[in-house]
Amino acid sequence: MTSSPALPLPFDETRRRGGLLTGLLSSDLPRSRALSFILLAIFVLLAATPFLFSGSQPVGTAAKICVFIVLVASYDLLLGYSGIVSFAHTMFFGIGGYGIAIALERMGPTWSSAAIGLIAALALSAVLAIAIGLLSLRVRAIFFSMITLAVATAAAVLASQLSEITGGEDGLSFQLPPALRPAFRLFSEPVFGTMINGRLLAYYLVFVVSLLVFLALLRIVNSPFGRVLQAIRENEFRAEALGYRVVAYRTAASVISALAATIAGALMALWLRYNGPDTTLSFSIMIDILLMVVIGGMGTMYGAVIGAALFVLAQSYLQVLMGAGSAALAGIPLLPNLIHPDRWLLWLGALFIISVYAFPGGVVGRLRQGKS
Amino acid sequence: MTEPLLQLSDVHTHIGPYHILHGVDFAVPAGELTMLLGRNGAGKSTTLRTIMGLWQASSGRIHFDGSDITTWSTPDIARAGIAYVPEAMGIFTDLTVRENIVLAARSGPVDKTRLDWILGLFPALKRFWNLPAGNLSGGQKQMLAIARAIAEPRRLLLIDEPTKGLAPVMVRSMIEAFKALKASGETILLVEQNFYAASALGDNVIVMDDGRIVHSGAMSDLVADKDMQQRLLGLSLDAHQ
Repeated sequence: MTSSPALPLPFDETRRRGGLLTGLLSSDLPRSRALSFILLAIFVLLAATPFLFSGSQPVGTAAKICVFIVLVASYDLLLGYSGIVSFAHTMFFGIGGYGIAIALERMGPTWSSAAIGLIAALALSAVLAIAIGLLSLRVRAIFFSMITLAVATAAAVLASQLSEITGGEDGLSFQLPPALRPAFRLFSEPVFGTMINGRLLAYYLVFVVSLLVFLALLRIVNSPFGRVLQAIRENEFRAEALGYRVVAYRTAASVISALAATIAGALMALWLRYNGPDTTLSFSIMIDILLMVVIGGMGTMYGAVIGAALFVLAQSYLQVLMGAGSAALAGIPLLPNLIHPDRWLLWLGALFIISVYAFPGGVVGRLRQGKS
Repeated sequence: MTEPLLQLSDVHTHIGPYHILHGVDFAVPAGELTMLLGRNGAGKSTTLRTIMGLWQASSGRIHFDGSDITTWSTPDIARAGIAYVPEAMGIFTDLTVRENIVLAARSGPVDKTRLDWILGLFPALKRFWNLPAGNLSGGQKQMLAIARAIAEPRRLLLIDEPTKGLAPVMVRSMIEAFKALKASGETILLVEQNFYAASALGDNVIVMDDGRIVHSGAMSDLVADKDMQQRLLGLSLDAHQ
């Protein structure tokens, strides 16, 4: 090999670029002004919700958005970056929820109980993800999907049947450590007009952990490991011919995704102070996750933020908006009935059909396309 | 001829019910460029895929640098130092040119000097460095596929019809790139249908027909013998310039 004269800097792979924000986002910037603005708006609103809105519903909605951002981003790692269609994601979500719920209910409302519950849940999720990955990722995609569907269904049935441990269909209600209870006061006086109580601390626990897990997932998909996953998704035989062990990489992606979903489940349980089959294991949650990934934009990570925010907001407020619209249009024939709050699910479905049709690459894909 | 780096001995390959390779025997000497020629359907691509373990040989042995790699998995064969550029190029279109090349360097960051050398061979890739590889033209994709194969030093390059479907100007630049690769001491097994390109590059030639080796020897002998060209390939070099 002969060496040619040194090339300009763009080809210097050892050079580090960008500032703090670029580093935090793992050099994966939104690449669209509109997208940057939307993401920043979501971040600011989520960070300031307790101080901007009164009542429990806005904070509850914001907490749910945070949890679903992690859940959807972890699913995007599987579906969007690795090309793996799994229906067992809610099982890992449920394991996280039950880990926290069982530990706090049985061992008492302490931080150590929560830590033990989370660690046990993470360990169980990792073992199950490795087992499913190694046993099933060698088979064709459709068979893998069917296997995960069967495993997820079995887990949901098991959670309902083992009522002595899981609380069955009723689920488990539990107390949080004292610092996260509504009665706890960090300061005696309100800050910016809001009392810093245990509920607010619980919200910020959910917010900060969700943010950290999301940034970690962003780092993972932009690492050499993430590039290999994308290569495998595009052409697994070619990736093998480059020397990458496809099953090992896919299994590792499944494990990371499962661990993130487990953390999301734990956060959900901590926020709700309850866990049951309907809140974490239900198949309808799996469908919601799929919709959020598709609406936001697969294989983008930021799509998880947009998809989760849009979906949870629509779920929480569409009915209220339709009620207000229906009342405002009273007297006009047909229209008030058409947007009656009872028909909110119909309109939610219509909105999703329209958004999938209008944004085939998801909202993020569309915004980035518009920029180019 | 120097010591063979790769040796195929009585290799048979079946794809489903079809018997494609019928006892293939040949050697690829280290540090030389060996051309694998033959008409469409002769079994050339199947031979490369069998060497890479993408299709398992049903019988026979494949030895690489003294190791029997017949039953090795594809990643293990790649890790042993064999790079493969398939006919369909197999680049990752969603990844950038840069990411495609970086991905091929499994052992760590791409060596700066080597990257300079590669981009000197294929300067067109510089312009599209941070763009998705799917945006490249056919010739540029082929360049990227080869650049990726040599992103790290390899012991042997298997390249399947790199000039297929390319414009003459692109074929000429590809030939120049292979000459530079050859001069750097790489061992290459190159499948080619373009006899002009083959004759300009090959040290040795292997001709296949119907899944069998029908000729092997020095490329210069085949170039000099028009009767042999007609007999083996149904053409003469003059007709393909």
